[in-house]
Order: sequence, then structure tokens, then C-alpha cells
Amino acid sequence: MNTPEAACRASEGAMSIRDVGKIYDPEGVHVVALKNCSLEIAAGEFVAIVGPSGCGKSTLLNTIAGFDGLTSGEILLDGEPLATVDKDPSPGPDRVVVFQHGALFPWKTVLENVTYGPVAQGAMSEEAANKRAQEMLSRVGLNDIETSYPGQLSSGMQRRVEIIRALINNPKVLLLDEPFRAMDTVTKSASHQYLLELYDATGKTIFFITHDLEEAIFLADKVLVMTTRPGYIKKTLQVNLPRPRQYSMLASEEFLAMKAQLVEAVHEEAVKAFEAGEREMA
Amino acid sequence: MARAATMNGASVAYKMRKFLASKHFTRGTLAVIGFFVLWQAGSMGLMPFMHAIPTPVTVAEAFWEFMGTGKYWQSWMDSTLRVTYGFVAAQILGIPLGLGMGWNRNFKDFTYPLFELMRPIPPLAWVPVSILFWPTNESSIAFITFIGAFFTIVVNVLGGVSAIPRQLVDAAVSFGASPRQVFWRIVLPATIPSIVTGMMVGIGITWNVVIAAEMIAGNTGLGRLTWEAYLAGHTPGIIVGMISIGLAGYVSSMAVKMIGDWLMPWKKVF
Repeated sequence: MNTPEAACRASEGAMSIRDVGKIYDPEGVHVVALKNCSLEIAAGEFVAIVGPSGCGKSTLLNTIAGFDGLTSGEILLDGEPLATVDKDPSPGPDRVVVFQHGALFPWKTVLENVTYGPVAQGAMSEEAANKRAQEMLSRVGLNDIETSYPGQLSSGMQRRVEIIRALINNPKVLLLDEPFRAMDTVTKSASHQYLLELYDATGKTIFFITHDLEEAIFLADKVLVMTTRPGYIKKTLQVNLPRPRQYSMLASEEFLAMKAQLVEAVHEEAVKAFEAGEREMA
Repeated sequence: MARAATMNGASVAYKMRKFLASKHFTRGTLAVIGFFVLWQAGSMGLMPFMHAIPTPVTVAEAFWEFMGTGKYWQSWMDSTLRVTYGFVAAQILGIPLGLGMGWNRNFKDFTYPLFELMRPIPPLAWVPVSILFWPTNESSIAFITFIGAFFTIVVNVLGGVSAIPRQLVDAAVSFGASPRQVFWRIVLPATIPSIVTGMMVGIGITWNVVIAAEMIAGNTGLGRLTWEAYLAGHTPGIIVGMISIGLAGYVSSMAVKMIGDWLMPWKKVF
């Protein structure tokens, strides 16, 4: 990419996912969640994964995050093995997750939530972490809520806090699992704005799972379509829209053409998933 | 506490004044007054089956008499102490047991079946064994109140630990928390709402079982007072005892609720 933003992209956070397979075995019934799933993510690239429900998107994210082990293949982060078949899964602050249903600690204030990571790791003193957290929060328009509890915030604000809580760890990769799923349109587009600003400012590698095809194209450099179970990458769509992204792009011909491609690819998989579901029911 | 500033910042005195002026308090007061009016009407023969019940006025007279004796106030003191001992011991043993069962599968495998076998045994049924086992009457009595609160708190804590959303633990681990930090900083605070619920239910049960407990021995105690009035056929005295236990229970659950609100500034008890 030749945009000026490319200059401030992170030099680390490149991921290779090679032939990854994951078989769940609940009560002896093999469920193949991932099979020969391979993809490459460049340092500082924003990648979105779309696919039908239950296709293994979250499984893939969990293996990268280290919450789940692999049954075949390997995952490399900046050339170093992150997850292999022999290695016990180990989560770490170099690849933090923003969860689908939100995972702010309800008993901690916003400030305590955001500073949790650096303080738990011993990476920052509490004082330094507080200062850093306040700076970062005010950058996304969240001043004066440091002493509030998450339950007192709107869903949009909670998500922003959660993304800041992840970024303060200075991760190599930011993993987002359908973070804006349950939001209304207005909150969602405001959240896109904040995420894009943070991305343009930090240049972190982002791995973003979503159902929403427009969201995927609008945010990402590359949209990957995943097949229905067993999941692997079926289609890669390079998004060449310039950054910073503008809402006017949503109506451009280029955008609509990309969306049409994705709709087709995802629809095929959705039909397959539906039929497979019918078979399982029968 | 700076962190409490947003939710529990108002002083207790201010909150009390506000509560006394609120419609919630007015409604509660009206209901209590209405209850006494109905009771008076009922025992004057205006309602079936109630003619044998002494009127509120008779009970009030008996109350006045009781209040003039040292024994009555000693009973308040003694019962409160017995209930407190049993309740506190139940929390000290029950909370760690529930946390352990919820967090460690092996520990649960060993403890849960035995626990479930003992849970249905009524506190009253424990009385004889308790007398044989404990060296003093006072410790036997406190043990019965302990039984009342113990099982409840364990079940609540166990349920609370099991219901912790997985992503909270996952998040903490990926932020670099050690297993020990996960337990103390995530599992424990996430369980506090369930602990508080267990405490609220438990404090009520300790007063429920106070008569059974105080059957064991002694001359004083609100339960004992009620039991003796029954043995003497002194119906107004029974009702005085019942009302006294009700009041004592009310005051102690308010105290527990205050502890609960202090323990979880991010959430109201109810």
C-alpha cells in the first residue's frame, strides 16, 4: 500500500497460520472445526474474517489467542512459533482479545479495568499506568468516566473502554471477536470511526471477526471468507480503498462490487451450513 | 474510599433521611399498620378462626411487661450473639468451601457428595448430636445456628463460581494474570454478588432456627422465651417472642445488606 499511513504501521505482528486443524471431541463425537486453514497476515495489516455462524471463526481466534490448542498445523508470530500441536496453549499480552459479549470486569472502575494488564504484568507502576490510561481514554472521547463502573456506561462506551484496555498492553496483534455485533447502526458507525482512528494512529495488526460484510470491507485491508465447518479460507478479497476511510466510500461502485463478491461467497457457505444443520437434525 | 464515590457516596444519615421521607417507607408503614388493624378486628370476632388469638392490645401489654424485665433484654443479647457466632462461622468455613468446590474439580469430587448428603438434614435433627458432641451448651446452640447458614452460603458460592463468564477469566489470563491472581482478582470478586445473596438468605435462616437451637438449654434467648411461653400456655408471650425474633431478623438482614452494599459498590444488593 502506498498510502502515507503505511509509514506508521507496526513493524511487528506478522502472522502465519499454516495448515491449522482443530478437532473437538466432545463425548467421542468428532467435530472438525478447522481443517487445513492457512492464511498470512502482514505486520500492521487489518484483516477481517467473515463466514457463516459456527464456521470456526471464533475457534481460529481462540487458537491464536492461546485459549485453545491445535490438533494440526502451526501458527507463527513474527516467525516465532506461537502455537503448535505439541505446545500447550498459552495466552499472553502480545495478542489480546476483545470479546464478543464484552469482558470488562464489572467490579472494577473504568480506570482499574484499563490498567489491569500493565499492572498485572508488572510492566508499569500503577501511577504510570493510570496516566497512560487517562491519555488513551481521552483520545477516544472518554474523559471523566475513570471512576465509573462498566455497568454505568452505554454499550458503545464499554466497547471503546475494552479496546483501550487491550491496546494499553501494546500488543503485537489485536484480536476482535465480533465486537460491534449487538449495536444499533448509529453506535456501530461511531465505533467504526473510533476503531479506524486508533488503527491509523497505532498501526497494529488487527484480526477482526464479523458477520457484517459492509463492516468488513469498510474497516479492513483484506477480507477473508471462511467456509462452513470444517473451516478454512475460501476466498481472499483485497480491499484497496485508501485510508483514512470515509463514509462516502460505502456508496462507491468499487465498494458495492466488492460487497457483491462477498455476498455470493458467503451465501454459498451459508446454504451449505444450513443443509448440514438439517442433516444433523435428521 | 475513592472508588465508591460514584455509587455509594451519599452518607448513611442522608440516605436514611431520604428513605424515611420516601413513598417506599410510607407504603411499608401503611402495610404494617393495616396488618395490626386487621388483626385487632379479627381477634374481636370479626373474622373466622381468629377469636382465640389475643388482640394486639393484649400483646402490647404483654410486650410492655416483658420489656420491663432484665431477662427480656438479656435474651436479645444472648440470641444475637449466638446467631452472630453461628453466622460468622458459617461464612468463614462456607465461603472457602464453596470457592474450592467451584474452582477445583478434584476438590468438588471429594466434598460435594458428602455435602449434599448432609444438606437436607433439618437443623432440629442436629440438636441431640450437637448436645452430645459439643462441650458446652452455648457451643451446641451456636452450632445449630451455624448449620442454618452454612449450607446456604456454600450452595450460593458454588453457584456463583460456576456462573463466572469464561471470557472474564480468559481476558485476565491474556493480560498476563497468574493463576493465583485469577483466583484472587477475578474469581473472588466475581463471586461477591453470590456471597452476598447467600449471606442475606443465611442470616434469615439463623433466626429461623433460633428456637430449635435454644431448646437445648439456658434460661434466656428470644427462642427460649417463646418456647417457655408456649410451655406455660401464655399465648401473648408467644406472640411477643415471635415479633421479637421478627424484629431481630429484620435488623440483622439490614446490617447484612449494608455489608453487601459496601462489598460491591458496583451493584446494589436489591
